[in-house]
Amino acid sequence: MAENSNNVVYLDEDSAPRYLHYAEDFLTYKFPAGTRAIYANPPMKPIENRGAAIRYALNHPEGDVDPLFAQLEPGMKVAIAIDDISVPLPPMKTPDIRQEVLEIVVQMLEDHGVEDIEMFMALALHRRMTPAEIKRSVGAKIFDKYYPERLYNMDAEDPDSMVYLGQTDHGEDVEVVRAAAESDLLIYVNVNYVPMNGGYKSIGTGMSGYKSIRHHHNPDTIAKSDSYMDPENSALYDSNTRIGKFINEKLNVFHIETALNNKMYDDNLDFLAKNEDDWTGADHMKFRSFRWALNKAPRAAKRALFHKVPAPYGLIGVFAGETEATHAKTLEKCWQQHAVEVEGQSDVVIYGIPFESPYNVNSIMNPLLVRVMALGYFFNMYRGKPLIKKDGTLIITHPCYDEFDPDHHPSYIEFFNRCLPETRNSHKLAHKFEQEFAHNPSYIEMFRRGNAYHGVHPFYMWYWCENGANHVGRVIVVGAENEHVPERLGWERAETMDDALEMAKETHGPSPSISLLNHPPYIITDVK
Amino acid sequence: MTAAKKKRGTAAFYDVDGTLIKTNVVHAYAYYALNTPYLAKKLTKTAGLLASLPAYWLADKFDRRKFNEHFYKNYAGYSEDRLVVIGEEVFENVIRPNIFKGARSLIDKSREQGHRQILITGALDVITEPLADYLGVDEFVANRLEMKDGVATGRLAKPVLAGANKALWVRRYAEKHEIDLDGSFAYADSGSDIPLLSVVGHPCAVNPDFRMKTNARAYDWPILNLE
Repeated sequence: MAENSNNVVYLDEDSAPRYLHYAEDFLTYKFPAGTRAIYANPPMKPIENRGAAIRYALNHPEGDVDPLFAQLEPGMKVAIAIDDISVPLPPMKTPDIRQEVLEIVVQMLEDHGVEDIEMFMALALHRRMTPAEIKRSVGAKIFDKYYPERLYNMDAEDPDSMVYLGQTDHGEDVEVVRAAAESDLLIYVNVNYVPMNGGYKSIGTGMSGYKSIRHHHNPDTIAKSDSYMDPENSALYDSNTRIGKFINEKLNVFHIETALNNKMYDDNLDFLAKNEDDWTGADHMKFRSFRWALNKAPRAAKRALFHKVPAPYGLIGVFAGETEATHAKTLEKCWQQHAVEVEGQSDVVIYGIPFESPYNVNSIMNPLLVRVMALGYFFNMYRGKPLIKKDGTLIITHPCYDEFDPDHHPSYIEFFNRCLPETRNSHKLAHKFEQEFAHNPSYIEMFRRGNAYHGVHPFYMWYWCENGANHVGRVIVVGAENEHVPERLGWERAETMDDALEMAKETHGPSPSISLLNHPPYIITDVK
Repeated sequence: MTAAKKKRGTAAFYDVDGTLIKTNVVHAYAYYALNTPYLAKKLTKTAGLLASLPAYWLADKFDRRKFNEHFYKNYAGYSEDRLVVIGEEVFENVIRPNIFKGARSLIDKSREQGHRQILITGALDVITEPLADYLGVDEFVANRLEMKDGVATGRLAKPVLAGANKALWVRRYAEKHEIDLDGSFAYADSGSDIPLLSVVGHPCAVNPDFRMKTNARAYDWPILNLE
């Protein structure tokens, strides 16, 4: 199939300048003729009656399992695992889809005489959600009735609340939340907007602790995952499948998956997802005034403002039942929404890095998270082969400020300032420092009682970039406001996009092929 | 073949008041005052304590050492055995209910990592000892009252353990016991304990006051809030 002219545009001399995300700001640049600009598919038409769709899915499950109501009986114990705040990005407008699913599920449980219900946020090694964040996800009705005794953040470092189930045939340790292990029925409430999430990863990673997760969140597994977004070529996915299957053998699992469309901007800002040549006069004016206002505001204020703007996602699919069959349906929807066919790889690929990643909701995008967005997430947004050629040049735009949130990312600070100056080699970092950070009692307490990511999390962020870093020849960051952050990450720095493109020509000759990705909204390239 | 280099041990040093427990020496003394056997004396001591609280608070904020010197005059006249008995009662009635929920698991995790567990506090040894037993730490160092003929003089035995003296004690302890300070941890809440945190490789501000929090932010020390 040829490239779709609506999504893939080759710029010419008359093309408008393109904008790029630059953390809490935007940059604009007129790219050379011949640059290939790639845009997301328009948002798929959402399901209007979400409640009906959810009920239909619960009553018509995928795979060889009974409908939810048929599995319920008075006196049984039910555990409900819920995806945390790392999905979707940005957080969705209320009511959150988790709330809508939970309200229907809980009503169904209560109608069938099930009273022993425990719900937990499936955090794995992510930070604890605040009560306000949980309330926003599950809605006031569920929150007021169940929080905090029967609705809580899981605690992967509390030995009393985790249960060791055994090992897979590959020697991977499997431990899960006690409430799930001791339930008669485990219901997983998932939110999906990229193919990497959901399925066995939900239960295999979401309900686990360090003992389990270390088996796949390591440099070797990541290096063997040719795109996390492509399940068929992902060692990470394989490991999660083994662990998930093992859990499914021990527990009675009923999966509920929801697929969202990519409507990240409301109607007022949805021009940001479109080809700049198609912007109206009003769009240009809105963009200019937006940039002007951002330019005047302090960074912390802009950050706080951006984090308060939710996305009006639409529901494009809800499926329930057996894990694998349910997830297959979800993946189908994901690909329909996100896959964009493009022909051939490029010497140079350009992304603007926005203000948010899965790990800094209501927080700061620190340098390690900038790196994971560039070489971890955006690089991996492909199926088949990477958009960038082997040893190609990646150009990103971000200020690379040396700022960390000490409450959410305390161990990141030590990692950045103590470990990275010594080595950037993932294997050396893993060998020399990972255990120390993972077991540091201070970080464990901050993880358990504060709102900190687990002590080991910065290592995972570093490993997450392993195949991106191995594939890309050089990374040039445009607009970094200091020298030391790019240098410590192993990147080069350019004052302007002109300079960056000139630097790329040193490697790729006078006429490199250039692709510019306009995400978010996220695009998964199907490179032919 | 050469012999493998002997690996030095590591330790975790904990300040107590405000770090592991939410009481302080004034609470402990209040309990002593209320447990004086003679009613008239009891009333005098209690009233005197209440009247002095603002002054103690101010003194504590500005100079922990001077605060200690003044505050411990209140113990003058207590016999050694009486102090020990009341110390156990203080622990049961005042200290134990006020141990932060996370303190126990912090110590347990740290012990699991193989660090030697040590309390280092400006409180009195008679109060700290039952706490140390309860938490199962390896060792504690605390202030001691100077005794004359088995009766407290109201002065602290030298050197008074506070501020820089805590750091000095830790450094000497490390030398004596071959502790690797770079691999060791320290936990404290108060700005007066910044020297204590400064001598270890893994400092951690716990429930920090303003000065400690400012320093922790400046030096990128982790901040832990125990409840």
